[in-house]
Amino acid sequence: MVDLNKAQEIVDHYSQVEGGLLECLHGLQQAFGYVPKETIDIMADGFNISRAEVHGVISYYHDFRLKPYGRTVVRICQAEACQAMGSRALSAHVAKKMGIDVGKSNEEYTLEAVYCFGNCALSPNLEINGKLHARVDQDNFDELIKKEGAV
Amino acid sequence: MIKVYIPRDTAAISMGADDVAKAIASLPEDIHVIRNGTWGMTYLEPLVEVETQKGRIAYGPVQVSDIPSLYKAGFLDGADHELCQGPTAEIDYLKNQERLTFARCGLVDPLSIDDYIKNGGFQGLKRALKLSEKNIIDDVMTSGLRGRGGAAFPTGIKWNTVLETEADQKYICCNADEGDSGTFSDRILMESDPFCLIEGMIIAGLAVKATKGYIYLRSEYPLCKVVLNDAIRTAKAQNYLGSSICDSDKEFDIEVRIGAGSYVCGEETAMLESLEGKRGMVRAKPPLPAHVGLFGKPTVINNVLSLASIPIILAKGGEYYKDFGIGRSRGTIAFQLAGNVKRGGLVEKAFGITLGDMIDRYGGGTYSGKNIKAVQVGGPLGAYIPPENFDLPLDYEAFSEAGAVLGHGGIVIFDETADMKEQAKFAFDFCAIESCGKCTPCRIGSTRGSEQIEKGNLELTEELCDLMDTSSLCAMGGMTPIPVKSAMKHWPKDFEN
Repeated sequence: MVDLNKAQEIVDHYSQVEGGLLECLHGLQQAFGYVPKETIDIMADGFNISRAEVHGVISYYHDFRLKPYGRTVVRICQAEACQAMGSRALSAHVAKKMGIDVGKSNEEYTLEAVYCFGNCALSPNLEINGKLHARVDQDNFDELIKKEGAV
Repeated sequence: MIKVYIPRDTAAISMGADDVAKAIASLPEDIHVIRNGTWGMTYLEPLVEVETQKGRIAYGPVQVSDIPSLYKAGFLDGADHELCQGPTAEIDYLKNQERLTFARCGLVDPLSIDDYIKNGGFQGLKRALKLSEKNIIDDVMTSGLRGRGGAAFPTGIKWNTVLETEADQKYICCNADEGDSGTFSDRILMESDPFCLIEGMIIAGLAVKATKGYIYLRSEYPLCKVVLNDAIRTAKAQNYLGSSICDSDKEFDIEVRIGAGSYVCGEETAMLESLEGKRGMVRAKPPLPAHVGLFGKPTVINNVLSLASIPIILAKGGEYYKDFGIGRSRGTIAFQLAGNVKRGGLVEKAFGITLGDMIDRYGGGTYSGKNIKAVQVGGPLGAYIPPENFDLPLDYEAFSEAGAVLGHGGIVIFDETADMKEQAKFAFDFCAIESCGKCTPCRIGSTRGSEQIEKGNLELTEELCDLMDTSSLCAMGGMTPIPVKSAMKHWPKDFEN
């Protein structure tokens, strides 16, 4: 069950901030791990906008999700500097190892594409459960995921 | 007590700097570990420096497993070791740069306001507080500073427009949505010298009579958020921000706002929409943000590095800054060597060095050791440049004449294994993913372009490129054709099916 009182508190806080909807969504996501559907009404009321507008903002941005992440989250850079260092092959390896495609999520795993971590002198980069790793290759990915994520 | 510097920088941490710092702190000696910023020699990270009588001696890249042998060799006295790079200031990579904007990066503890002041910090602000708005802007005009985000619009002219627009409230918005692949200079500046950005924003506020500043920071930079908020808190406590800056009657405040993973929000009007809590849809111009910007008020929107170049311009005068560079590209720009490169990192140089010199002298060739096939300069919307054109000088006009863009100074190197058809297709795919959807050429054209490349229909692709170039609302759709066309032009063989 989503703690709607907590959601209300968060919305009350950010609706006082000028242009605060994005901050509010970040706040909800931090509290719940995702943006629960039940909070859309609360936001619409709090910010005095339509539910469609709230949904429009949520669906526009890659960061916001309406479902929880899997237990292990891998975010892998798909942009040019990492491509130049073999991120295409690495992505295929990671997807195979985790058993899901880039952009997909299940209860166990989430594998997300990211367009640049800003660590392009040490490509390829990927993040496991919030921790960024540089110069990742297939072998050290297998070790990292064993250590950090337990595949 | 021995002072040891270990960077608290995203790149260094991604290579294990936190563990290295812990291991060094636990050596049985009287050690004071300082988490400085990075010098930008990313290929040497984690770069550990020991303060000795001969100055700071550098060791890198250091892994936890290297520490026993470093300790045994006597690195705490600056002794030689296979990882020893000698005195930091003497490392060629660093020594031959012209560090104006990044002068303090690596040198100081980013969160020590005393370090900042001791190394020239707030000199520009002190001077600006004594000048009229017009005089501050005159100095910025004289410096020749142009927007470092990529569009290269003269900063002084932008500021003057905002100053001359009457309003009860004006804003300074710092664009810290550094989304271009191959760029990380904004991140380094924010992590390594946050007070410099804060000072630049305060001066911008004084110049245009704005009292509130926002930093729109991308969510992929979590460490920047922590560092900036810490620095803002300190600056407030010491009266550099707030209702009476340095005991004057001027006020200015800064708030950090976090983006949500949208590339196009780096476009200035999309950024404004996002700051207002909306979908990051591009606005049609006019009206210019300088007239009708954030919340409908006149707004200065500058890149991190444009604002971070302001303190030195005000401290030393516009003429000093203008003396660097060539033609209409004045001052310095932070180049970032990325991708398949041996010595990746940040190189701040005056405009005018050739692309080839940058890649050879600083980059040292490819990481893989194979030949270079292509270099993409200026992010995902920049041209792919073949080695035959490496004599191109790095300045705005020379690049634009060659149909390329200098952009935010990112240089991504590809070795001979790169497939340029794949890269061209990716340019369209990326545009399709990141397009805000407001204008048709970008929203639909990107998807059709990707399909046409797949099918090998190059003639139609060319036509589509011309259409997107001339009829898109912003640079996302308008410039996606640049990497595509450059790839088709220089590597036609890659497109033969």
